[in-house]
Amino acid sequence: MNVKGHVTLKNFFIFNSNYGPREGEEEKKTLYFFPSTTDIDSQIKAIGLCEAVVKFTETFSDKPCEALHTQKTKQLFLEAEPDFWIIMTVAVPFSKKEKDDQSYYEYREEDVQNSVYRAVLLQTYKMFKLFNGTFVNILERSGGDISSLKHRLEHFYSRYLLTLKLHQSDLLDVFNGISFLPLDKNTYLQIQCLINRLEALFPTIKYTAFLYNDQLVWSGLEQDDMRTMYKYLTTSLFPSHLDQELHGSSTRSSMTAPGGTHFGKFVTGPSNLDDSSSLGKVPRVFIQSDTENEECYLLVYKALSASICMLISVNSTMNFDFFRTVDGFLGAQMSKVASDISEQYPRKSVASNTDPQFKYVYFNHMNLAQKTTVHIDIRKLSGVNIPQETLRLLGDINSDLTRDNEDGETIVKTASDFWVVGKKSDQREFYVVINQKNANLIEINEEVKKLCSTHLNSIFFLD
Amino acid sequence: MEETSTHYIELCPNPIRFEPVGKANNVFFDDANRQVFAVRSGGAMGVVVKGPDDKSVIQFRMESRGDVMSIKFSPDKKILAVQRSFKSVEFVNFLDDMTTDELEYSQTCKGKSTQIISFLWTGLYEIIFITNHGLEQYQIYPEKRTLKCLKTISLQVNWVVCMPENGILLLSSGSTGNTLHPVQVRPGVLNKLPKFEVDLPAAPKSNKVSLVERDVTLANIYNQLYIVVLRHQPSANVGAEIVLYQLQKESPARKSDVLKLDMSGRFAINIVDNLVMVHHQASKTSVIFDIQQSSESDGFIKYHYPVLSPLPIKPFKLLLPSKFTLLLPYSANWIVFQPDIVIDAKLGCLWYIKINLEPLVTMIYEKTTLISFLLKRKESKMVILSVCQKMLIPGQQANLHTIATVYDMLNTVFKSYRDTEAQVNNGELPHNVLNSWKKKVIIDQSDMFTHVFSVYEDCKDIKYKFMVAVLIEYIRSLNQFNMAVQHYLYELIINILVNNKCFYQLHQFLQYHVLSDSKPLACLMLSLESVYQPAHQLALDMLKRLQTANEEIIEVLLSKQQLLQALRFIRSVGIVDTVSSRKFLEAGLNTNDDMLFYTVFKFFEARNLRLRSNPRFQQGEHCELYVKHFESVFGIEALAAVPVS
Repeated sequence: MNVKGHVTLKNFFIFNSNYGPREGEEEKKTLYFFPSTTDIDSQIKAIGLCEAVVKFTETFSDKPCEALHTQKTKQLFLEAEPDFWIIMTVAVPFSKKEKDDQSYYEYREEDVQNSVYRAVLLQTYKMFKLFNGTFVNILERSGGDISSLKHRLEHFYSRYLLTLKLHQSDLLDVFNGISFLPLDKNTYLQIQCLINRLEALFPTIKYTAFLYNDQLVWSGLEQDDMRTMYKYLTTSLFPSHLDQELHGSSTRSSMTAPGGTHFGKFVTGPSNLDDSSSLGKVPRVFIQSDTENEECYLLVYKALSASICMLISVNSTMNFDFFRTVDGFLGAQMSKVASDISEQYPRKSVASNTDPQFKYVYFNHMNLAQKTTVHIDIRKLSGVNIPQETLRLLGDINSDLTRDNEDGETIVKTASDFWVVGKKSDQREFYVVINQKNANLIEINEEVKKLCSTHLNSIFFLD
Repeated sequence: MEETSTHYIELCPNPIRFEPVGKANNVFFDDANRQVFAVRSGGAMGVVVKGPDDKSVIQFRMESRGDVMSIKFSPDKKILAVQRSFKSVEFVNFLDDMTTDELEYSQTCKGKSTQIISFLWTGLYEIIFITNHGLEQYQIYPEKRTLKCLKTISLQVNWVVCMPENGILLLSSGSTGNTLHPVQVRPGVLNKLPKFEVDLPAAPKSNKVSLVERDVTLANIYNQLYIVVLRHQPSANVGAEIVLYQLQKESPARKSDVLKLDMSGRFAINIVDNLVMVHHQASKTSVIFDIQQSSESDGFIKYHYPVLSPLPIKPFKLLLPSKFTLLLPYSANWIVFQPDIVIDAKLGCLWYIKINLEPLVTMIYEKTTLISFLLKRKESKMVILSVCQKMLIPGQQANLHTIATVYDMLNTVFKSYRDTEAQVNNGELPHNVLNSWKKKVIIDQSDMFTHVFSVYEDCKDIKYKFMVAVLIEYIRSLNQFNMAVQHYLYELIINILVNNKCFYQLHQFLQYHVLSDSKPLACLMLSLESVYQPAHQLALDMLKRLQTANEEIIEVLLSKQQLLQALRFIRSVGIVDTVSSRKFLEAGLNTNDDMLFYTVFKFFEARNLRLRSNPRFQQGEHCELYVKHFESVFGIEALAAVPVS
């Protein structure tokens, strides 16, 4: 019998040592603890250990402690804001083995990559910040009331942590990139102009982003905000809206005033513009683009595959008329833009994924552009095209290349006869997995050169 | 200031002045040469000819042989034709100094009952008599003082309307006068075009000529010839209308447009800058019609309404006789000639009518209508540019949609000019096609940059978001018409974005090639690296795509001390053999990294060996300094050995 353990979340907690400096008040340090069933004593111990590790390691390095490895766990540290620490502990996967009639557990520590899970940890904070603002800001708004911060943390993380898919985390979480839609200049300019006119007509719209399916076309938000927003839209809002649509709850093509239909509808906001009784739900988000912690409504409108995200100042009133005028302005134009784009991109057939020769992942740190043929879809619903261990290898090569922060190249042949090539040039990384059993190093090198010249010919990417 | 803005039609400031009509003075106008003749006492007391401008004057005397009915010079002013009776026309030769021998010779029309209605010069030595029985074309031999008949056309004629500059005659025939025969006249050519009938508002009561000369005009509008017919309604309550018949070569003229006047009474028509201008005596107002403006149509005929509500012509000042006097237009003595002439014989003035475009800017509220109107006018360029500029200024700002439509209009014209130009350059079209464009208004990128977008500099309270949006609209429009965008527009948009720290937006524009690649743009991006780090990568990518900027790429890499990258780059583009070794060694030395210097040095030693079978650097490469440094650090023995040959 073979017993296996996956990467699982063991605990997750947030503390601030300043809140319980005296002995006997240690539990005051705790701001959030998962699982909530953990008894106070264990919570205090866990936090105490972390504090000790952080203090201890400070003696050796200017950089704060990042991770603590044990045989069965890995603990990741993040000082999200000054003195606010978020700790995530994951269980290392194991398998039960028999040797000489003795059974023992083999822990595969290398399956849990620091870079990947640190990225996951950072993501949990950024997502919190997007919907709640910074810890400090929450305290400021509540006049220093710690319980309101605790409440917020509880409210957010108790749900969010359940959606984490730790066993699926990989290199893409490290990059946390954005997939851009390649588009011809004229269509792009048309979209630009549409957004400009929208913002001019409705001055309460502070920022706008435009997506086609899961690909970004334009962001008026700064890069960092967009990165988190993109993650939210593509992994949470869009999929759940799609599910709703599939279940037929809000399928309706509204009528424009002078005849003719369009396909526009609100994803957040009223689902039915003929029924003024319900404004629907419009989430609020915190944007750091112009000023810190700027609270905005996130209004999302969609026509066919094109979505437009409007960030609207919370100080403005959003009544039913507003939604109607926005719909009136966007409906037909968005539908047209969407069908223009779809003409350029006839739905990619599944066949394009069947090329068995090679798979690649590309990432550019400068604009966060990310491309992958390793993953079948960005939400990782259908898994990946290459073996898990090869995928992990990409993560390892990435850690190596990142450590030196120098351009370089690594070529590896795996035990399962895959060739894996990782390259870094300036701020770009390119990973190729080639499934060519009998190829030698020179041939692989040539193959990668060819790949670069066909896929990366318009950028300065040194071979 | 406000006063002037209510008048957009005006008379030219310097009219041609002539002696007013009086007992002893008769005045004639020749619309072919645009000359006014003041004939005193049948010519015995002198003839003064002025026109086409107020500076040209001819004076002479001729013997008085009865009252002059009509008087016209030949096109080169060498022969004067004078009609004093219905039967004949007399001719006088003129010398170069405009003196005359006063020896007249004469030509009589053919047939006993024939009467000359009018005559027209069709060439230097060719003249046509229009008689009640048709046309007679003559060749003149001035030296012999004789004429020879070339061709005749027989036709019953009531009256004639001429259009000398296009060589078109329109003859009215039939008992009610509404059968019109267009005739094309050119030197040696008399060409009858298909006749057509003008429908009359009511069935004629008697066999009386119902369509009269005064109501018919020939006009050239947007390079098409039209017969313009004023159509009075039987009831005064119904507004009169103007019917346009487009002249066809092969088929009868086609009723194409109807201009609704909404007034009745006496009208006079001018054609000014391709606009049909209608003056109304009773109300002392005028209206203009633009037949290219959008209109109602029943599928065959387009129905137009005036561009603006009726407004008077601007009052004018005249020196009378000792002091300037302000006079009101629409005098009962006015006579209108085509295309744009008004004569007051009692005052002794000939004016050209002008349209002043500036007051129109405030009269036509709708900006797209205004620009579409202005684009079809002559000399409207500066007015258009000023309208475009005002659309950007807060307070008068137009919305982006309007601005976009206007830019599309400007670029439509610009694009079709460019296309014509290209076709001419390829020899697909004759060169003279471009001449017609000289009259049209073309607004290009430099005009927009200098006269419109320059407002960004002067007017500081325009929001940067709006500035960028407007520029993007303009760039979108240019791209839509497939026109390359000039670098200065990119520079402008980049500066606005950079000054407002919108680096990520700039980044996205470059990512989608909204700003097209060029060396200057790449250099601009390089200069931005200190404020926005990714600009470096953007610049390198751009240089790479240009494919002609290898030198620049090497410079960039060396300046960043990225020597290995530079070496890999020259290898990847195959220019290892041609680059300057000194440049690389110098950069290597500057890094203060001995190992890096060593690598570069060895790289070029290997190149020397391959090129010349000798690893040493040559004199001309000026590498002595670096060789010395290499020797001092690594020792002479570290140099590659020279192969023994």
